[in-house]
Amino acid sequence: MPPETLPDTVLGLRHLSKDFATQRAVNDVSLEIPRGAFFSLLGPSGCGKTTILRMVAGFETPTSGEVWLNGQRIDALPPYQRNVNTVFQSYALFPHLTVQGNVEFGLRRSVVAEVEKRVREVLRQVRLEAKASRKPSELSGGERQRVALARAIVLQPDVLLLDEPLSALDPQLRKQVRGELRDLQRRVGVTFLFVTHDQEEALSMSDQIAVMNAGALEQVGTPREIYSRPRTRFVADFLGAMNWIDGIGVRPEAVSICPEGRKAVVTGVTYLGSFCHIAMSLVEGGEAIHAQVADGAAFTPGQTVCVTWNRQDEVRVS
Amino acid sequence: MKLRNPFLAPTAILMAITMLAPLAIVVVYSFMTRGAYGGVELPWTLENFTRLWDPVYGIIFLRSFWIAAVATALCLVLGFPLALFIARSGSRKNLYLSLVILPFWTSFLIRTYAWMFLLRDTGIVNSVLQSLRIIREPLPLLYNDGAVILGLVYGFLPFMVLPLFATLERQDPSLLEAAADLGARPWDALLRVTLPLCAPGIRAGAILVFVPCLGTYLTSDLLGGSKTVLIGNLVQNQFTASRDWPFGAALSLALMTIAMVLLFAARRGGEELL
Repeated sequence: MPPETLPDTVLGLRHLSKDFATQRAVNDVSLEIPRGAFFSLLGPSGCGKTTILRMVAGFETPTSGEVWLNGQRIDALPPYQRNVNTVFQSYALFPHLTVQGNVEFGLRRSVVAEVEKRVREVLRQVRLEAKASRKPSELSGGERQRVALARAIVLQPDVLLLDEPLSALDPQLRKQVRGELRDLQRRVGVTFLFVTHDQEEALSMSDQIAVMNAGALEQVGTPREIYSRPRTRFVADFLGAMNWIDGIGVRPEAVSICPEGRKAVVTGVTYLGSFCHIAMSLVEGGEAIHAQVADGAAFTPGQTVCVTWNRQDEVRVS
Repeated sequence: MKLRNPFLAPTAILMAITMLAPLAIVVVYSFMTRGAYGGVELPWTLENFTRLWDPVYGIIFLRSFWIAAVATALCLVLGFPLALFIARSGSRKNLYLSLVILPFWTSFLIRTYAWMFLLRDTGIVNSVLQSLRIIREPLPLLYNDGAVILGLVYGFLPFMVLPLFATLERQDPSLLEAAADLGARPWDALLRVTLPLCAPGIRAGAILVFVPCLGTYLTSDLLGGSKTVLIGNLVQNQFTASRDWPFGAALSLALMTIAMVLLFAARRGGEELL
């Protein structure tokens, strides 16, 4: 590991760049991922997050820059010599092997008795003991995802790379699996590098998030920091709805409608169950402003109201 | 079989006329008596089938199966790397595929004659080796089992390559990434992922090569000379020189039966393996 690195860094990216034929996919990204963390790379599709994951796994060679794993430079090593494992977006399970066969695949060189014990243990952790002799085609989407996970964590990688592993699941299941994945990560203590374009997913699961845009890092921080103290307009907008008033950002849930404040005209009321979304336009300046209120029954379009917010909820971006 | 699509009717009729009718004729002839100048006569008899038990024919059957099996195995060994190479050659795939089927533009007979010109004592291979003083006497390249196998492999290699290619091309490339990710070296991944997933293509290719090799008579006639008599030649002889049509019919029925039993067994075995 380069000398200036923090001692608890397991994976370090140094000035990592990747050029494809016509465009730069990753532009000078430096990151330090702490050991044992649930670390997310968040960004819209095409922002380079999957390319970073593939360079860590060894499927892509960086155009420039370095990848360090546990104090060893690994960017020139083939995938099979890196102690990282991947959960693929499509899972990439071997269709000709059973669940057991898939999980055993990477344990080829280990002692037989040891293999059996570890496979049984990891299948128990992902609740698939009963399906060990099934083929992937006989499993549900959620079960396949757990096989992909089991197959990777059984090798006890230094970092587990997850490429949008929840995107193939239906929305109901996705929320449930978020919690399970987070629990599993805490239990096994493996560092997760999790790629996603879903900000809710990243916010709810991560210890730290790196937000990416157009191949470059925008901001790195805890979910709370990223959401409430975004440093760029891109981060502010990507993490959730944001009002921009006179160059200052205010989240809709921070806007309150009360007797005194700036005058605004209600332009729309949307009932969303647990809360109501009120769209307004400021009388002075005409900018659009949105608010979230618990009960929207008192508001109708055309009505004039007053809006205000706390100073500490304001967001200033560069 | 129910015919739901009227466009299938011409094919169905053609199949009936060109496959089922001749097969029926072969079955009927095999129970009849040979005519003095070829053809068949009554009475009905089982003698054509009892004659099959003569060990002379058993040896010819065994030799035919052996040569077809060796040719199929060689086609697989040569065809698999070629199919893999084509399947992984990106935009040049179509070019390579057309090169594989290019020989079909020339008649199989002419291509087999070409091998005779290459392999005979005064052929190109021997004369070049002699003029380079690598050998003094011409090598016996033609008129042996080796030449027959060479001709069969040459002729039927595309029938192995095409189904292998079709299976390999459909394989999800992320499976190989997953194998490498789980620590498998390229050779390991080939043996543990690519090859087992290619099993349906291997089975299809093996059948497409083995069956015509088993019935071959042209290749063995031209490249094997008089020493290499295979079932195909034996059957052909019954209908020409020997003028024993009923026995020829019985021979070809026996061949068909054994081949079908073997294919059925191979299919069952293959399904268990997968």
